[in-house]
Amino acid sequence: MSVIEIISTALIALGALVMLVGAAGVLRLPDFYVRLHAAGKGDTLGQGLVLLGLALPVGFGLISLKLALIILFVFIFNPTATHALARAAWVTGLKPWEKSAGEPIETDEDDAEGERDHA
Amino acid sequence: MSDAQSPVIRYVARRAVPFIQLYALYVLGHGEDGPGGGFQGGVIFASSIVLLALVFGYGAGRKACPERISDFISPLGCLVYASIGLLCLLMGGMFLEYARLAGPDASDHAKHAAHHFGLIGIEAGVMLTVTASMVTLFFEMARPAPDEGGLDE
Repeated sequence: MSVIEIISTALIALGALVMLVGAAGVLRLPDFYVRLHAAGKGDTLGQGLVLLGLALPVGFGLISLKLALIILFVFIFNPTATHALARAAWVTGLKPWEKSAGEPIETDEDDAEGERDHA
Repeated sequence: MSDAQSPVIRYVARRAVPFIQLYALYVLGHGEDGPGGGFQGGVIFASSIVLLALVFGYGAGRKACPERISDFISPLGCLVYASIGLLCLLMGGMFLEYARLAGPDASDHAKHAAHHFGLIGIEAGVMLTVTASMVTLFFEMARPAPDEGGLDE
């Protein structure tokens, strides 16, 4: 095995591990928001690492360009989708887990506030 | 509804649309020698319009693809498909026998090229119809009830 192959295999294994941790987080964490946190971050980084590991052995070319584009778009759109989901849950009145640490979250949107009180 | 949407989502969605549409064309062109083709390309293209409607509201999405345009494009795709097929008949071949498009005594190379262009042509027709049909299906199902004032604004 060449050095590049070892690095690429290590990246793919690391990416799989990150996604496994993310999956464990989705199963084990207490509420929707924290699970989303695990799923969003784990998938984004895990996919990025796996695709990077796949792109390394083929070198510069059309295939690695396509993989680089996929990595770029996953890094843009996955957090956006996670943001949209969390926001939709917040606006429709899903309350965060009560034992979460930290200050209660304030929102600057009165309509969202009203709807949450309603729910 | 569209006012409640976060600036992050609006920014990303607006900038994603051209990339989605470019990717749809890539899938269309790729259909000949790999996974893809007119149907998949059309669905991906339509999804960009659906994304606009989801993020910016029913009205804004409909503005990006007005009813008269989608109603025009939907049969246009069928017309493209059938025209290419009938053109093959006129050139003396069978329906959709693209190689005949090159002419009666064309070289093998020209026949090969004609085959590719014919295939891309009918796939483009399929894509037009699928895009328009998907957009129409989405907007018909998402149409706000008359008494509810609508999904947006």
